[in-house]
Order: sequence, then structure tokens, then C-alpha cells
Amino acid sequence: MTTYFAIVSREDSPIYEADLSVAGKKDKEETSHLHQFILHASLDIVDERMWDTNNMHIKVVDKFNELFVAAYVTAGRTRLLLLCDTRNEDGSKQFFQEVHELYLKVLLNPFQGVNTPIMTPSFDQRVRNLARKYL
Amino acid sequence: MEKINAELFTLTYGSTVRQLLIDNEENVDAVNVQLDKMGYNIGIRLVDEFLAKSSGARCRDFKEAAEMIAKHGLKMFLGVTASVSNWNADNTECSLIMDDNPMVDFVELPEQYSNLSYCNMLCGVFRGALEMVNMRVECWYVRDLLRGDDVFEMRLKLLEVTAESYNDED
Repeated sequence: MTTYFAIVSREDSPIYEADLSVAGKKDKEETSHLHQFILHASLDIVDERMWDTNNMHIKVVDKFNELFVAAYVTAGRTRLLLLCDTRNEDGSKQFFQEVHELYLKVLLNPFQGVNTPIMTPSFDQRVRNLARKYL
Repeated sequence: MEKINAELFTLTYGSTVRQLLIDNEENVDAVNVQLDKMGYNIGIRLVDEFLAKSSGARCRDFKEAAEMIAKHGLKMFLGVTASVSNWNADNTECSLIMDDNPMVDFVELPEQYSNLSYCNMLCGVFRGALEMVNMRVECWYVRDLLRGDDVFEMRLKLLEVTAESYNDED
């Protein structure tokens, strides 16, 4: 199963990325670049679609072969993007909401800039735990 | 006592430290000094407010003053209390131990700032406040929650009790 997750700040710089694929079935190096590429290519569609709905979670925004991209836009226009090869809307919604909470906590740290990568190891660990739980 | 929202206070203090780091070009030692200085200036004013609004008995010695800070001073201005322990033989040095401090909620110290004494302002406040009641002290952190210890431990050292001086010039 392929799962790739990224957070893009409101100024369009990637601040967090993680390959959340189930261990043991990791894809080869080349495809993980492809995943990143698909994810970031969907940003334009996210920017368009976010005005169509009142929800922060905008479900599946893009499709590439058998891969789906789901997105979640926070009030500050930070975009959470998730690439999955299964359509799991409830799971991804829960996942996004909980990551959003985590992200808020990280953002309250005075040493964390809005536009700087999130290096906190505990954040990374928690995101991975959430992925195991919901995806 | 007038109260403000704890998160507002925490974030304001965080921004202050952040801005000091920027202003001092990330020089952590300079920021520590600056925080202490700011704290000192706060302390010399704050002690008046404390004395006006608290109803404690007069402190006769350093030991009572330390208890007063830990049990009432911190309570009034930070909403926490500390315990006083580790006295040395002649009662001139002690530790204030705090389990919790609202100033450090949300904060995680990045590696490049591992020498930063994030709450150094508090040391300055004690120094300033005690100086105004005729006790010259030195104050520093022994243990810091942000650097991986389990509690905050501040060491207070009495340098001298200055005599009251009067200026009868008029």
C-alpha cells in the first residue's frame, strides 16, 4: 500500500513530508519521487477547489493512475496533502483532523516559523502513529 | 488581581525570546544576559506591587523571603508555586523547585539553542525584586525542563544584605 503525506505552507514551501507506506512493501526509490511529484502537482487544483466548499477537508482532488490525492486546507491556508492508492474518505478525514491538531501545537512553539520545515521528532512520530491508526 | 489569558502570556513571552534571538543575531549567551536584564527591570517594579497586594507577614531573613517568593510571589504572578529545598549550612543558598511553569507551554528548544536559558527572565525578576528589599542575590538555573530535566530548579544565592541608607539632604 502506498501512502505519502506532505504539508505545504501558505507561502508554498513544503514544511513536512513523510512516506507513510506500510513497512516491508516500500516502493523503489524512483516511484517515491513520482509520488512527491504527483502530490505537489495537485496543489493548483487544491487552490481552486478550496473555494467550492466550506469544509476544510476537500476529499479527493486529483487522480493519477490508481493513486488518489486528498487534501485538507487549514484556516491559515496551510495545505495537508495525502496520496493514497485506496479511497478511504472516513479514514483520511480523521487523519487530517488529528494531524491538524498536532500541527497547531507545533505552530504554537515560538521557535517554529510558519514557513520553516517541521523538524520536531515527536511530531513525526505522532503523524506516523496516526497513519497506522486511520489509513 | 487582574488576570490575563495564560496562552496570551505564554505566546507573548515566546515572541519576546524569539525577537531577542533575532535582534542579537542568534547569539544565545547575549540573549540570556538580555533576558536577565529585562527580568531585573521588571523585578524592581514588581516587588512594589507584590508588597502592596499581598498580606504576608514581614520577612525577617533570607529563608523567609525565599519561602515568600516560592509560595506567594510565584502564585500571584505566574499561578504556580515552588518548593524551597537544598539549603546550605549557613542558610545563604537554596533551590526553588518548580514542576510546572506556564512560560514554557508549547515550547520545544531546537538543538542550536540548547544553551538558551529560556526562562532566564525569571532569574532577573528575583534578583531585581530581592535587591529592592535589601538583599543582593545571584540566581541561575540548575535544572531546566526544556533541556531534558524533569523539573525546573533555580539556585538562589544571597550575596549580602545591604544596609538601609537614608539621604537626609533637605
